[in-house]
Amino acid sequence: MGAYILRRILFMIPSLIIISMISFMIIQLPPGDYLTSQIAKLASSGESIDSAQVAALRSRYGLDEPMIVQYWKWISNIVFAGDFGLSFEWNRPVSTMIWERMGLTFAVSFITLLFVWAVSLPIGIYSAVRQYSMGDYLFTFIGFIGLAVPNFLLALVLMYFSFAFLGQSVGGLFSPEYIEAPWSWAKVHDFIGHLWIPVIVIGTSSMAALIRVMRANLLDELNKPYVVTARAKGLPEWQLLLGYPVRVALNPFVSTVGWILPSLVSGAVIVSVVLSLPTTGPMLLQSLLSQDMYLAGSIILLLSVLTVVGTLISDILLAWLDPRVRYQ
Amino acid sequence: MTPDSAMPPESTAPEGEKRIEVAGPWTLFWWKFRKHRVALISLWVIAALYLVAIFAEFLAPFDPTEPNRRAIFAPPQRLHLILPTDDGNWRFKLHVYGYDTELDQETLTRTFVENRDKVVEIDLFARTSPYLLAGFIPVRHRLMAPANPRDSFFLLGTDRLGRDMFSRLIHGTRVSMSIGLVGVTLSLILGIIIGGISGYRGGTTDTLIQRLIELLQSIPTIPLWMGLAAAIPLTWNPLTVYFLITVILSLVGWTSLAREVRGKFMSLKNEDFITAARLDGISEINIILGQMVPSFTSHIIASVTLAIPLMIISETALSFLGIGLRSPVVSWGVLLQEAQNIRSIVQAPWLFWPGAAVIVAVLALNFLGDGLRDAADPYAR
Amino acid sequence: MSETPLIELEGLRTHFFTDEGVVKALDGVTFSVPRGRTLCVVGESGCGKSVTGRSILQIVDRPGRIVEGRILYHPTPHETIDITALRPMSRQMRTIRGGEIGMIFQEPMTSLGPIQTIGKQISETIRIHKGVSKAEARNQTIEWLARVGIPRPETRLGAYPFELSGGMRQRVMIALGLCCRPKLLIADEPTTALDVTTQAVILDLIRELQEEMDMAVMFITHDLGVVAQIADDVVVMYLGRVAERAGVETIFDAPRHPYTRALMRSIPRLGGSREPLEAIRGMVPHPFRRPSGCSFHPRCPEVIAGRCESLDPDLREFGDGSQVRCLLYGSQTEAQQ
Repeated sequence: MGAYILRRILFMIPSLIIISMISFMIIQLPPGDYLTSQIAKLASSGESIDSAQVAALRSRYGLDEPMIVQYWKWISNIVFAGDFGLSFEWNRPVSTMIWERMGLTFAVSFITLLFVWAVSLPIGIYSAVRQYSMGDYLFTFIGFIGLAVPNFLLALVLMYFSFAFLGQSVGGLFSPEYIEAPWSWAKVHDFIGHLWIPVIVIGTSSMAALIRVMRANLLDELNKPYVVTARAKGLPEWQLLLGYPVRVALNPFVSTVGWILPSLVSGAVIVSVVLSLPTTGPMLLQSLLSQDMYLAGSIILLLSVLTVVGTLISDILLAWLDPRVRYQ
Repeated sequence: MTPDSAMPPESTAPEGEKRIEVAGPWTLFWWKFRKHRVALISLWVIAALYLVAIFAEFLAPFDPTEPNRRAIFAPPQRLHLILPTDDGNWRFKLHVYGYDTELDQETLTRTFVENRDKVVEIDLFARTSPYLLAGFIPVRHRLMAPANPRDSFFLLGTDRLGRDMFSRLIHGTRVSMSIGLVGVTLSLILGIIIGGISGYRGGTTDTLIQRLIELLQSIPTIPLWMGLAAAIPLTWNPLTVYFLITVILSLVGWTSLAREVRGKFMSLKNEDFITAARLDGISEINIILGQMVPSFTSHIIASVTLAIPLMIISETALSFLGIGLRSPVVSWGVLLQEAQNIRSIVQAPWLFWPGAAVIVAVLALNFLGDGLRDAADPYAR
Repeated sequence: MSETPLIELEGLRTHFFTDEGVVKALDGVTFSVPRGRTLCVVGESGCGKSVTGRSILQIVDRPGRIVEGRILYHPTPHETIDITALRPMSRQMRTIRGGEIGMIFQEPMTSLGPIQTIGKQISETIRIHKGVSKAEARNQTIEWLARVGIPRPETRLGAYPFELSGGMRQRVMIALGLCCRPKLLIADEPTTALDVTTQAVILDLIRELQEEMDMAVMFITHDLGVVAQIADDVVVMYLGRVAERAGVETIFDAPRHPYTRALMRSIPRLGGSREPLEAIRGMVPHPFRRPSGCSFHPRCPEVIAGRCESLDPDLREFGDGSQVRCLLYGSQTEAQQ
């Protein structure tokens, strides 16, 4: 098991390097270098810039040097000093702005993941065991709706209904009085009260997909000879189900976290824009629209890295569940 | 007792069996697909959507970008068929009733009240201002147009600039449905080439490509797409932007198709008929194109059908955020951007119509893809 | 044959209700399993021999269902339990499964749970049926693994099926089938997937354990070589019915049913003549197209023209206890149209 974990961590390193390169590429994409355009912007608003300060910034980001050097300066600052560069729009270091939002993004995504699992697992088992029952058809139908309705549209519809019929506006993760307040039990409680709407909105499509996965897997397993063996041993039906086919069907289910987590993080980004959640979503959109590229690049980098790490954790979980994975 | 009556079932059954024996793989595919009711209906829905996309200018009564100051957030008008005439009789004529508008001085919003006296007659196949159908066929007729060119009618209401939602939705269908198709075509080309190399070569090449695919699939796509799409300069022309967006979407979209192709290559490589072809001295390229590709074409068609809805949803999401396609291009996502503001949708819930179009298209494509996938597997029940 | 048998099947019909139609896998199966002996059930694929085994335990897969007939189980000569009257998921049925009647399967590769240790799979069964403590179940498991010839059973307890060879897995299956000392072991082609050497070892093992435990064995196979090695009595099945039942010597030396005779001619014999082996002509009919009259008549070399196509023979009993269902031996009823 230890060797397996070590191997997986080693495999992750090239991934992280490529992710950082992609993020750096995104920073570089807008035409012209950001400092020049920033200076132009400041100049147009009538502010003067100290030329010594400009020179210092140019050398700090290596703007006059080859691309690879620029990349190295950027990534080494992040890795060794936790310095993500400067947000030109806010004129503050990126690192001071993103951590809280990043934390909330992952809190929301992770809680959604747990919710999705907790709901789709029993429904998937039910649908497979009672194949073609009314309940199965109902869940299949809901599953298709979940698959077809883009999550931001679901958020919009939810907002519309609660505003038009309940006279309430939904959105945000905190009541106004807690937004600036430090963390406390009351704030956590308030947070949980606001959480359920984004969790349902972000989770629905993944839930639909997972129910389908679990149902199909379990249906496959239910026809395997070992189920007959277990039945011939005289096991009670529920003990048989949970002990044998469900445990086997759980493996492909757990391995779906490899794409569920990225899609939840993706979903969280866009849904937070609609529901104006204080997560990275709105900040990323804003920074991209104003071409505040260090901020945008850092958010993309961190979201990707944390997703890859999350996937790694799920893989380890899988190996612990299924002995066959460890021996491969 | 005759031998015939001794074995009644045998006399009829072999007929059907012979029919199956001579049917080609595509005939079998179609027979199997036909049994799938929902998929068959979905096929018609998809065909209808693509027809709408092709004949958008003909079907849309108005220019989708034409604002109308007097009809901001005008509600949908119902289409009526039976028109009472002045002499107390009636005749068949398509028409809608016009509005009286009142401006609420306090909230500065307009309210629209239907006025039965203002009849807007609608001509079918009416002669209107000339236009180019699909960009190159000069046509003068439209499916529906007001009998009096100065009138207007809004079957699905209007948006905040008074533009006709019905026409916008039809033109949006063209962009959204085609972006799915173009994006999937790009993904498919990448997927077949990369997946084919990976599956046919195997070994280190395969391992490297699989790692790359895993990596791409482990990155959350929306932030990545946002980053790439935001770099497209606002000043570029709409067609270039359209093409770049499809390229960006296919950058991730190819991975799942490549996996599919690779899996098929892997399993086919060791099949007896491929070995036989190889022993017959057939060249590698001929084996791939002549033997392997035909045997999984139906699977690929199914996967492509299932990939299109993802493209459509992704385009919608990006355009919705304002960093995908942008006005004056009309796509479902661009239209939904109008619905981003809670006040707008409370005032004009008909702004949700493009959302319904997305749902219908995605559902139909998913059902169709499922049906095709089932039909593509000749050995499954 | 005067002693009460362990199991009696009476006119058992198990049908599969598929979308395409009803498959009559068992269409009136009648035979009994004597105590303490080995009964081999033979026949070509699709004749219903496996379904017979599964029907006894009521573990026929959907869409299959027992539609008619009785399965009488006599735990002692004076007791009778009608298995078909029990609900498949009832507690009493579960006590019989694995406890009173054990079963081992054809595919040792896939018939064991893939991600549970073999120790757990066996001790779980012991605990259900014997209600013993975990430690005791573990000890018994180790004893059983040792008994079926698995080396170092204490360490193998924690092994997963994929770590064992096919022969070892089949030994585990046997331990699983026998660990509660059942009165009957149903062995559904347990040696088919194994190589010939392992096959012989496994057969010896079953034989040995049977004598030791005085248990009855119902051995389902299509391999007549295996039948010769292990059987006391033989039931020959064809298209969901019993064609012939007799002692193993009668079956091999003086088979009565034309189908049994054809089967016998199709096995190679040491030192036999050098003539080519005979195959049974034709194919097993499609389940939806069961021939009228005697269902074997289209393939039968001794068909009586004008009778076999329309008359459905009854099972006729002979003085030596053998039973045959064939018009060559008289007894008959008009086929029902």
